[in-house]
Amino acid sequence: MATLHLQDIRKSFGPTQVLHGVTLDVADGEMIVIVGASGCGKSTLLRIVAGLETQTSGQVVIGGQDVSGLEPADRDVAMVFQNYALYPHMSVFGNMAYGLKIRGVPKAEIERRVKEAAELLGIGALLERRPRQLSGGQRQRVAMGRAIVREPKLFLFDEPLSNLDAKLRVQMRAEIRRLQRRLGVTSLFVTHDQVEAMTLGDRLVVMHGGHAAQIATPMEIWARPADTYVAGFIGSPAMNFLPATLSHGGAVATLAGGLAVPLPGRAGADGAGVLIGIRPEHLRPGAGGLSPTIELVEPLGSESVLHGRLPDGSPLTARLPGAVHAEGALALTLPPESLHVFDAGSGKRIEAGA
Amino acid sequence: MRKVHFKGVALPYLLLLPQLIITGLFFFWPAGMAIYQSFLREDAFGLSSQFVAFENYADVLSDPTWLESAARTGLFSVSVALLALGVALFLAVQADKHIRGADTYKTLLVWPYAVAPALAAVLWLFMFHPNIGLFGRLLNGLGIPWDYRLNGGQALTLVILASAWKQVSYNFIFFLAGLQSIPRSVLEAAAIDGASPMRRFWTVVFPLLSPTAFFLLVVNLVYAFFDTFGVIHSLTQGGPGKSTETLIYRVYTDGVMNLNLGSSAAQSVILMILVIVLTAVQFRYVERKVHY
Repeated sequence: MATLHLQDIRKSFGPTQVLHGVTLDVADGEMIVIVGASGCGKSTLLRIVAGLETQTSGQVVIGGQDVSGLEPADRDVAMVFQNYALYPHMSVFGNMAYGLKIRGVPKAEIERRVKEAAELLGIGALLERRPRQLSGGQRQRVAMGRAIVREPKLFLFDEPLSNLDAKLRVQMRAEIRRLQRRLGVTSLFVTHDQVEAMTLGDRLVVMHGGHAAQIATPMEIWARPADTYVAGFIGSPAMNFLPATLSHGGAVATLAGGLAVPLPGRAGADGAGVLIGIRPEHLRPGAGGLSPTIELVEPLGSESVLHGRLPDGSPLTARLPGAVHAEGALALTLPPESLHVFDAGSGKRIEAGA
Repeated sequence: MRKVHFKGVALPYLLLLPQLIITGLFFFWPAGMAIYQSFLREDAFGLSSQFVAFENYADVLSDPTWLESAARTGLFSVSVALLALGVALFLAVQADKHIRGADTYKTLLVWPYAVAPALAAVLWLFMFHPNIGLFGRLLNGLGIPWDYRLNGGQALTLVILASAWKQVSYNFIFFLAGLQSIPRSVLEAAAIDGASPMRRFWTVVFPLLSPTAFFLLVVNLVYAFFDTFGVIHSLTQGGPGKSTETLIYRVYTDGVMNLNLGSSAAQSVILMILVIVLTAVQFRYVERKVHY
C-alpha cells in the first residue's frame, strides 16, 4: 500500500511522441481509472509505471521512493494483463506462487497466502489445474490471484476485462471493485470502456492524444467535462454539440439555426464562437427550442433514444423517458442549467461567471 | 481442408504412383537388399555367396572394434547434438532481442545450412589445417602442438565442431520460432513477479521451449549418426587410426573399401533399426509433451 506520484511523464518512440507530460497524484488505497480511445497513450503510461517501458523524461514515485530507473522486479507492483499472461506450463498454484518463491517467502507462508487468495477469488478447487484447462473467467481470477498474493504496493490492470463476454465482464467489474476496496491497495486500471471507468474509479484520468485531458471523480467529469473531447467521450449516447455565436456581452448565444439561447450569469466577447453542449438525456419535449426531424428511434424499454437532424442538417440525439415516440418532427427545449459551453477554437470549457 | 472424393480407384493410385516409385526404388529396394545381403557371406573374390543366417550380426556385435566404434559414435553424436543445440539456443535468444539489424543477423545465421557437408569440411580444413589453416598455424605458432592428422583427440574435436556448425542453423530457426511464439506478456509478468533475466529464462522460457528442444535433440542425434559421413570423409577419412570412425563411416569402410558386403549390410540394418527406434520415441514424446 502506497501513494503514487507521476511527475511530467513524457515518452517518445523515435520521432513519435505518445505522452506529452502527464502529472498525477494517487492517494493511498485509491483506485484510478485511466480511460481513453486506443492510441491515446494509456497503456504506455501504465507500462511506464510498471517499469516495462522507460519514460523519455519524468519521474515515477511509489510510496515516496523514486523508482524511475528501477527494474519492474524492484518496484513491488503487480500487474493483471489483458490476455492474463499466465505461465502455461505451471499449475494455478504454481502461477500464484511464482512471485513469492522468487522473493524467497517460506513454503508454509506461500501455501497459506495462495490458499487464502484462492478462497477469496473462488478458485480454491482449481489449484492443481493448468491454465489451458480453465475458462476465460477463471483465468482472469488466477491472474488476479497472482497479483493479490504478492501483497504489492500497487495493482496495475491493463484492460483485464476486455477478453470476457459481456455478462462476465459486469460481474468481474463489481468483483474487482469489491476486492480492491477490501484490500485497500492503490490501483491503476486502464480501460477504453467508459462504463467500466465510471463504475470502477474513485477518480478518472481521461487521456487524449498523450495528454491527461481531465483528472477528476466520475461525477465531476460527467457534470463538468473540461473540454469537448471529454464531454463527447464520457456519457452515452454522446453529448450534442451545437455551434453558436455570443452576443449581449456573452449572456446570449445564437445557434446556427437562428435560435437565441440565454446563458445567464456568463460573460464573453460579442461575436466569439462557442460550442453549446447538451447531453441527450437533458433535452426535454416542449416548444420554443429545437425542432429536429427524427429519423430513427431506438426503444430501450424504460426510455428511448431518438436520432434526428436539425433543419440545418446537423445531427442531434435525444434520450427521453417512455417508449412511444413517433418518427417525424419533434420540438425539444434546452434547459439552461444543463448546458455546457466550450470555446469553439480550443474546445476548452467556459465556466459560468468566468 | 476440403475433401475430394474420387469416382474410381485408378486416378488416386496414379497420383500416388510417383511418390511410391521413388520410395520403393530408393528406400524399400535397397533396404530389402541390405537385409537380404546381411544374411549372406561372400568369398574373398565375390564369386559365390552362402547363407549364414545371423552369423554376420553375431560377428559385428561381438567385434571389439565395432563396439569401440559404437561408443565413439555415441560420444560424437551427443557432443554434436549438445553443441549444436546449445549454440543455436544461445544465438536464438540473442536474435529474439530487439536489436538493430536483427533481420540481417537472422538471415546470415541460416546460411550454413545451405552449405554442402563436403564444402563445410573443406572450410574447416582451411581454418584448422596445421600448415595452411589460419587457426592451425596460429595454434602451432603459439606453441600448441596442433595436427589433427596425427592426434586422434584433435581430429575428433574437429569433426564434432564442423558437424555441429552445420546443424546450428537448422536448430536456430526452430528455437527462434519457438521463442517468438512465447507471448511477450508472459515474460513481462515474470519480470514484474521479480524474476531476473536468467531466472526468467530457466523457469519460463526454457520449459516452454522444451517440446522444441526435445524434437531437435532427436533430429540432431539422427543427423550426427547418419548425415555426418561427408564431413568425416572430407576431413579425416575416419583417421588417424580409427579415432574418427563412426558407425556410418565403418559401414562405408567395411563395405566399399574392404568389400565385406555381408558385415557391412548387417551394420546398416542395425543402424536402420536404431533410427526407427529414435523416430518412434520422438513421435511418442513430442505429441505428449506439449504444454498448451
